[in-house]
Amino acid sequence: MTDIPAQSLLELRGITKRYGAFVANDAINLIINPGEIHAILGENGAGKSTLMKTIYGVHMPDEGQILWKGAEVRMESPGMARALGIGMVFQHFSLFETVTVAENISLTVPAPLADLEEKIRAKGDEFGLQVNPKALVHGLSVGERQRVEIIRSLLQDPALLILDEPTSVLPPSSVEQLFQTLRKLPERGVSILYISHKLDEIRALCHRATVLRMGKVAGTADPRTATSSELARLMIGRDIPHPVHPPSRADGEVRLLVQGLSQQNPDPYGVDLKDVSLEVRAGEIVGIAGVSGNGQSILTRLLSGEEVLSGAQADHIQMLGNPVGHLNAEHRRRIGLAFVPEDRLGRGTAPPMSLSENSLLTAHRSGMVKHGFISRQKRDVFTDTCIETMDVRTRGRHSLASSLSGGNLQKFIVGREMMLSPRVLIVSQPTWGIDVGAAAMVRQKLIDLRDQGTAILVISEELEELFEISDRLVVMFDGKISDPVNSRDTNAEEIGQMMIGHFGATRGEAA
Amino acid sequence: MSVWPFEIVARTERSSRMLFVVPVLTVVLTVICATIMFTVTGNDAGTALYSIFVEPFLDAYGISEVLIKASPLIIIAQGLAIGFRARVWNIGAEGQLTIGAIFASLIPIYWVDQPFSLMLPSMIVAAGLGGVAWAAIAALLRTRFNASEIIVTLMLNQIAAQVLLYVINGPLKDPRGFSFPQSVSFPPEALYPLIVEGGLLRVNYSIILTLALSAVAWVFVAHSFSGYRLHVGGVAPAAARYAGFSANRAVWLSLLIGGACAGLAGVGEIAGPIGRLQPILSPGYGFAAIIVAFLGALTPIGIVLAGFFMAVIYVGTDGAVLSAGIPSSAPMVLQGLILVFYLMAYTLVNYQLRRKPGRMRA
Repeated sequence: MTDIPAQSLLELRGITKRYGAFVANDAINLIINPGEIHAILGENGAGKSTLMKTIYGVHMPDEGQILWKGAEVRMESPGMARALGIGMVFQHFSLFETVTVAENISLTVPAPLADLEEKIRAKGDEFGLQVNPKALVHGLSVGERQRVEIIRSLLQDPALLILDEPTSVLPPSSVEQLFQTLRKLPERGVSILYISHKLDEIRALCHRATVLRMGKVAGTADPRTATSSELARLMIGRDIPHPVHPPSRADGEVRLLVQGLSQQNPDPYGVDLKDVSLEVRAGEIVGIAGVSGNGQSILTRLLSGEEVLSGAQADHIQMLGNPVGHLNAEHRRRIGLAFVPEDRLGRGTAPPMSLSENSLLTAHRSGMVKHGFISRQKRDVFTDTCIETMDVRTRGRHSLASSLSGGNLQKFIVGREMMLSPRVLIVSQPTWGIDVGAAAMVRQKLIDLRDQGTAILVISEELEELFEISDRLVVMFDGKISDPVNSRDTNAEEIGQMMIGHFGATRGEAA
Repeated sequence: MSVWPFEIVARTERSSRMLFVVPVLTVVLTVICATIMFTVTGNDAGTALYSIFVEPFLDAYGISEVLIKASPLIIIAQGLAIGFRARVWNIGAEGQLTIGAIFASLIPIYWVDQPFSLMLPSMIVAAGLGGVAWAAIAALLRTRFNASEIIVTLMLNQIAAQVLLYVINGPLKDPRGFSFPQSVSFPPEALYPLIVEGGLLRVNYSIILTLALSAVAWVFVAHSFSGYRLHVGGVAPAAARYAGFSANRAVWLSLLIGGACAGLAGVGEIAGPIGRLQPILSPGYGFAAIIVAFLGALTPIGIVLAGFFMAVIYVGTDGAVLSAGIPSSAPMVLQGLILVFYLMAYTLVNYQLRRKPGRMRA
């Protein structure tokens, strides 16, 4: 943008935010002009979320000024931010599932329900955000829920809309639709602050990008002209390594076998599993592609042993040739299973416990417990090794799990499970929310582990990731699983078709 | 906009310094509140506080009484705390104490004329089993039918009290006791030996057993894998499930340990200061121990200190009712204040209060 408007919409001057000794934002300067789609790009822990919370009034900066339309403001609360004209759509939606769309919106936009329903329809038509105001939220897809969130923000007539990684929850087919909506907003006087670490999206959508690295502004760029690798270099300070991925040896024994598994979902709004069959051999990575909410969650729980089958059904899940469906998580781990869940805090780790104590959670079998007593020395050595090899950014093994950023905690969990040298490793969303540099490292380590003979099952929403690491791919849709395809013989379009239920596109069983 | 210039922020690491600050703050706030309360009720607050907090230490008798009361409080609280760390809420220690005492009493009542040397040890075992049996009812109902252990243990307290009344009015009543609802006096072999023989001091060796078990509790909590599993189940049930730690096992273990400890407190009473089975065995130790467990931050060492503190309140308020004329309900009110202030102060362990950042508004 060559013509700089006389007055900026939002300007940040020298914003600094500290958490104890840690500087999350260090003298950040940022200018957002009216009618601009502005990207905030950065790795996990680069300070994106902290900065957004400052702008949205969730917390106040330790130093620096915020100027709104040229005048200094003290952003004390989200309510104040909304009153000024700032809207925000969070990554995790805040909708009540058991009431209707209009009723949800009425909590923040007070108006008679009938009027509101009319307004919701009108906004929806204006921006291509079709959603039925009378629909109950639990019946809506993730994409529809996101539309509700966006409409809710737009009904408050914002001048600036902050979107936090909006595509992370969407199937690829819905992304372009969202972008079409977003492109309409600047014409109608709404600027967008778009937070993401997905370079392609930013290049497709945004007018300007501010790149954050380790709490500081690393630079600005025009994403329409800059290449992905230029942006990535700004973001992580070096080139992104690409994992080396030689073909797997195809002759491994079957380590994990699922056959004819049907299971009713205990979650009344969840998808039931329908006749799921799957096999993972030693020395290969099998990827499960698909949009979240198609039964992945119940499937991983059944595979991990967090949910168990009755003894009569034990045969449906086999590990190393033995039925394990009836065994709990600890028993299955004893046979050689390791598992990285998609929920890091509270499931993969106990939040109020230190990293050391969290090592003990699943690694206790590797010599940390003798005669029922904990060997602190073994535990601490294990933890330090994990922190070092996975480059977990933390003050040390005494840090509480809850104090780590999502990406760093993910690295810790992945590292812990890999260090168990499992015979079967199940990983759900291996790189969710971790930055490109760390994600590349995690993927490379998964491939290395495969080459040592581990059977690996990866469940991921990111197709590129699955293509990068997996040897065979299956797609999960509506509780069913497709026949496997060789990931080197297929392409994103074909898998994308399968992700919306067109299993006919497969060309039969892969070798 | 806001007048309050502070904000509450989560800590990134637990503050161990706060584990000492919190009990001190609790006691200070309680004393301030008690002073106001006694002034309002027209008592001389200075005399009352002196009676409560100083007089128990002025002579050997006072100290002996404190030790007698501290012993059951500490031993019950050690057992309960293990469950509380696992978020298993056993509030039935009072009933488990009662049933433990009844079990133990069967031995000296049956063999009252043929006492044997291992009578006391066998009573201790019986009391533990009695407490375990009573707590097992709650564990069974919780694991089989998902019945809240809070409600079940609470109601079992009432049932235990009725069972006690029945047995001392029926099968266990002293046949030569002029129809008083109590058992025969136990033979000396059934009693804990006194630490100082032949004096007025009632303190006996049960306090030694309590301290030894506190050491065992410390080892269990700090160093055993079982203790760790229970703790994980308490702070992050989904993580325990993820690791495969059985939730049912945690419920059983928590309740049975709590029951056993409460049972031991029961035998401590009937084989100690009471010396027989009678309608009232405990002045609410089973409930006060809940406060002791929390005041001790659910840690074995903290519980020992908190148990002594609570015992001082018991002995001190008894004295203050006489010397300063404070209402007889004051001990209960003080216990309640301690719990409330403790829970308030405990927030500081995981959160810190700090000045809001940013410049003041021009």
